Amino acid sequence: MSARKVLQGNIIIAKAALAAGCDFFAGYPITPSSEIAQYMSKEMPRMDRTFIQMEDEIASLGACIGASLAGRKTMTATSGPGFSLMQEHIGMAVMAEVPVVIVNVQRGGPSTGMPTKPAQADMMQTRWGTHGDHPIIALYPAFADEMFSETVRAFNLAEKYWNPVVLLSDEVLGKAHMDVEIPDPGTYEVYWEKPHQVVDLNIYDRQIGENPPRVDFFKGYPIHIDGLEHDAHGWPSFDAKTVDKMQRLRMQKIYQNLDDIIRYKEYYLDDAEVLVFSFGISARSALAAVKAAREQGVKAGLFQALTVWPFPRAALQERFQRTKKVLTVEMNLGQMKYEVERVAPPGVEKRTLLRANGMPFSPDEVLAAIKELAK
Amino acid sequence: MRDYEKYIRYRTFPTPWCPGCGDGVILKLIAMAFAELNLDPDDIIVVAGIGCSGRMPTYFNTNTLHTTHGRALTFATGIKLARPEKLVVVISGDGDATAIGGNHLIHAARRNIGIKMILINNGIYGMTGGQVSPLTPPTFFTETTPYGNIEPHFNVRTLLTAAEASFVARETVNRLMQLKQVIKKSFQHKGFSVVEVMSNCHVNLGRRNKMKSPLVMTKYIRDITMNMADFEKLSPAEQAPKYPLGVFVEKTERLEYTDLYYNHIVPVAQGSGARGEK
Repeated sequence: MSARKVLQGNIIIAKAALAAGCDFFAGYPITPSSEIAQYMSKEMPRMDRTFIQMEDEIASLGACIGASLAGRKTMTATSGPGFSLMQEHIGMAVMAEVPVVIVNVQRGGPSTGMPTKPAQADMMQTRWGTHGDHPIIALYPAFADEMFSETVRAFNLAEKYWNPVVLLSDEVLGKAHMDVEIPDPGTYEVYWEKPHQVVDLNIYDRQIGENPPRVDFFKGYPIHIDGLEHDAHGWPSFDAKTVDKMQRLRMQKIYQNLDDIIRYKEYYLDDAEVLVFSFGISARSALAAVKAAREQGVKAGLFQALTVWPFPRAALQERFQRTKKVLTVEMNLGQMKYEVERVAPPGVEKRTLLRANGMPFSPDEVLAAIKELAK
Repeated sequence: MRDYEKYIRYRTFPTPWCPGCGDGVILKLIAMAFAELNLDPDDIIVVAGIGCSGRMPTYFNTNTLHTTHGRALTFATGIKLARPEKLVVVISGDGDATAIGGNHLIHAARRNIGIKMILINNGIYGMTGGQVSPLTPPTFFTETTPYGNIEPHFNVRTLLTAAEASFVARETVNRLMQLKQVIKKSFQHKGFSVVEVMSNCHVNLGRRNKMKSPLVMTKYIRDITMNMADFEKLSPAEQAPKYPLGVFVEKTERLEYTDLYYNHIVPVAQGSGARGEK
């Protein structure tokens, strides 16, 4: 029997992480994400799993990467300032190809900003925050059931593609209590790496597009893992040909599997004249606004991105063949709108509804913007 | 092949270290300590941060991890928690451990997590070309203290003692047998251990301070170090420029962190069911 409960968004994420097999959590207190760590500190020892509160967010992600390399499914949770501190180790996880899930419950920034107010202003930091060319996967649920399903999916994608996955949320989704159906184990996919032995040092040896088993220590053969650029053995290497191959391998494992990684939801788009593009908390207001617009005879629809990185380019492009007006709704001063603009062909009228003052959009505000654009 | 050689990954040689560097000595002594304890290479993991010392793991034929600057202890903490039965060794330099990684150092000590740290103190940022570190002695000239160092240096012994570390020792690259014994002893210790090894960077520290040959520099290390018994006879003023050697702290009564977590917290959580979920 699935259980229907009223739970805080942060707690749904924590429960989903445990359901996905998360057996190591390292974190540092920060508003508005702390409930995730608190819940883990209570539940994980009961399940013979590991929780530790580290001395800062850099240490938290470091511990997660270490534990992941020792075979655990790991997660950390934070918000803006902590996410900024984690950027160096996100790069380390990309470089060494280590699965780890990082929850960022977004709050007002920059700097200390507004710890108790929501924002969606870390969208570009999520994509490009760590230095160097790198692939990243980022998921952003909006509704209660998605808080569960996308968390499970974050673990699956991290394990499948040996890459850090950022699970985005925001202060409203994190703190709000919502009516949620927690599905039974077995009704959703949980990806488990097949048990394997390491038999030689060729841990990164593969052709572009291939997904060998994840790199793990203590698998019967001592290996080397490095944050320096490396060859197929993991040895440091600056050889131009080797580096070029490794850079492309890391990018292609993500970009050749977009069908598996990208997920989005479409509401009332088949005959829509106005496409609203949104995600996270703003998508909730946008969906209410789209429904209201329909009641008033305005043909609006919603494209809700669940996978925000890689950007759901192809699916959105397809919609622009018919719909020639787009409204991007996001709680920042313009970040994902540039991605929408890059996808929208000439001839599509592009508008935005942007705000970064800590106040979520009301459905009425989105409705007014839809009607303005529909004129 | 000698018994310690199975812990050396010859295929990755040569090392990046300058001729006469103490790092090679330390590499061999650590391998010899592994051999004396007769450990399976797959039961060992050597983790390091950035710097000349950071390159050392590459040359051990054990599990090895080269991480970010100053953060090796954080990765090691995750590994030790995930696999408490493994020997987790961290190699660090003085800049790596006490500047950028200072926070992690005191917290690992406070937790008493069973990580074995070898802190190679050559008093300088060597790999980046010779900038002042928190362990560079006062008045020394470096690339970023061209008029002399005006900052006092950390004292690793007192710093870690204050942070409640359960094993603190100091040795030098001059005293090979003592150093190997102390390293081996630290590996057998249950909690967090730090062995500070006074080493020579004649290239980037010595050269700018009239000690450009390894012999002159190792003689300098010999002159500023002494046994603890002799050190204690000195007045505070005489003690200031000197470095005592030996095992300063060895507390066995304190429980190790993973032991506390898995053998005390987990049973409590499973037994009590104290605070039910909402």
